[in-house]
Amino acid sequence: MAREVRGSVPALPTVGAGRGKSRHGRVWVTHLALIVAILIISAPLLFALIKSTQISSDVLSPKLIPGGAFFDNLSGVWVDAKLGRYMFNSTVLAVSVTVGKTVLSLLAALAFVYFRFPLKGLAFTLVLLSLMLPTEVLIIALFDLVSQDLKWADTYAAIIVPFLASATGTFLFRQHFMNIPTSLADAARIDGCGPLLYLTRILIPMSWNTIGALAVIQFVYAWDQYIWPLVILQNDDKQVVQVGLRRLIEVGGQTDWGAVMAGAIVTMIPPLIVFTALQKQFSRGFALTEDK
Amino acid sequence: MLKPARVQNTTEAEERAVFRGTALPWVFLLPSLLILAVFVYLPALQTLRLAAYRANVILGTERFVGLANFTELLLSPAYRQVALQTFVFTLLTVTLGLLSALGLAWLASRPIRGANTYRLLLIYPYALSPAIAGTLWLFLFNPEIGLVNKILGALFDVRPRWLDTPSLAFGLVTLAAIWKGLAYNIVFYLASIQNLPGDVMEAAEIDGASGAQVFWRVAFPLLTPITFFLVFTNVISALFDSFALTDILTKGGPYTGNAGATTFLVYQLYQDGFVNFKTGAAAAQAALMLALVAFITWMQFRVGERRVHYGS
Repeated sequence: MAREVRGSVPALPTVGAGRGKSRHGRVWVTHLALIVAILIISAPLLFALIKSTQISSDVLSPKLIPGGAFFDNLSGVWVDAKLGRYMFNSTVLAVSVTVGKTVLSLLAALAFVYFRFPLKGLAFTLVLLSLMLPTEVLIIALFDLVSQDLKWADTYAAIIVPFLASATGTFLFRQHFMNIPTSLADAARIDGCGPLLYLTRILIPMSWNTIGALAVIQFVYAWDQYIWPLVILQNDDKQVVQVGLRRLIEVGGQTDWGAVMAGAIVTMIPPLIVFTALQKQFSRGFALTEDK
Repeated sequence: MLKPARVQNTTEAEERAVFRGTALPWVFLLPSLLILAVFVYLPALQTLRLAAYRANVILGTERFVGLANFTELLLSPAYRQVALQTFVFTLLTVTLGLLSALGLAWLASRPIRGANTYRLLLIYPYALSPAIAGTLWLFLFNPEIGLVNKILGALFDVRPRWLDTPSLAFGLVTLAAIWKGLAYNIVFYLASIQNLPGDVMEAAEIDGASGAQVFWRVAFPLLTPITFFLVFTNVISALFDSFALTDILTKGGPYTGNAGATTFLVYQLYQDGFVNFKTGAAAAQAALMLALVAFITWMQFRVGERRVHYGS
């Protein structure tokens, strides 16, 4: 893999450059198309952002001028409608699942790439095939198992533990490890370095892009969880923020839309932070996994 | 999230055996395998078993009914309508979603001023969840207080009942799903377009190919692997992620024919399993969906091997 070449993802292939002035006339069409598309795509978000800042008498009017009531709207639901609690629960869920999936799939990939052992093919197939079994399909039996057999209803364990293994992660790390020259591992072994030390001292420092890319995907995936927390958590104390949004809307009769919009905006912030922080790793991690 | 073509590399991995020990690799695999066994494979088998029983939650009894749950489902007009709606919804969201994402990613990859800003603005809605999408659209399209009807009412004096009219509600859910998925698809298309061999396209341009020709004849075929990968992930997300969106935006309604116009397979499964407490029927639906996902995965590998050029 030509890693160096793709290290600089933001660099564009200069298609169409040097074709002289015949192109210039159409550049503004491209600009116009992009601006219109971005306005359309962003419109619902801008709308939510504006409404979340307006005082309640303005929220239901067509007025689109931002107000200064964002924190008033937010504080209305942060404690009373438990939005703060939901945000905390979602953070616990997303961080635990992301860290857990990363660690477990690093270990699994280590076993698959650097060891030879019987039934390896079967073990790998079992990990991969789990991709075919999304939670939604298993939800009936999973509910019985977690609530009745394990008695985990209304606990963090119920929303975290079942999601700690990751086929995607195992697969991507395995792929990444296989692109690291074996000679490195040989040398490490000869120097008396065990597999765990090799993982922590050499593999992980060489895998930050893949780890980062995967962390973004897994964080967003865990943060967006909806149907499973909805069915397994009856008590709102452990409920996640996505289901919390539904609670905010349904709050007895009259929905306070300014507050709901503030809640929706706040719900977007943690994934945005993770995405912004890991953006470089995200694009590099995926560029590296592109086949050429 | 997975690129099917890579599975071929298995043999390469078999040859490596840097570290010794037969127990050690199992120790490393144990946490993953244990979680998968208990929380994925066991429930999968249990689902198949439940599908053959009819349970009574109130009496706490179970009665073996064989394939009766399945025949009932497949003969039920409501379930057939739900399946058809899911199919149309999936088809529309995947094709329209991928076409618009590809078009926008292509435009944002042109060597124009501000391209980085455009790309960033196109990507950031990745932070949107289906539940947030449902919440925003619920407010925007509220017949009385929603902004859309306020504008339409002022301009044209029409105020459509978006969420009560079957065709409008269906269209709305489809649009919201496409909108929600755009950023994800654009992220992958942008990365792939930037990895296209610039020299090949330059050669085409020097030979006098127009912009459209470069796109359709050179770039588009080179993008088949990523398009293919995205078709698969988009089908899966149309089938499953649509749940939160419909649960908040339409609650599966409005009712038309034999079922709600925006009730899709997962929503029906949830209704039967957790609202109507028809565990057997819900498990049978889950088993059918399992077969559907297995079929899609099989297709992905099969078509992927034959048709898609992944390079050497």
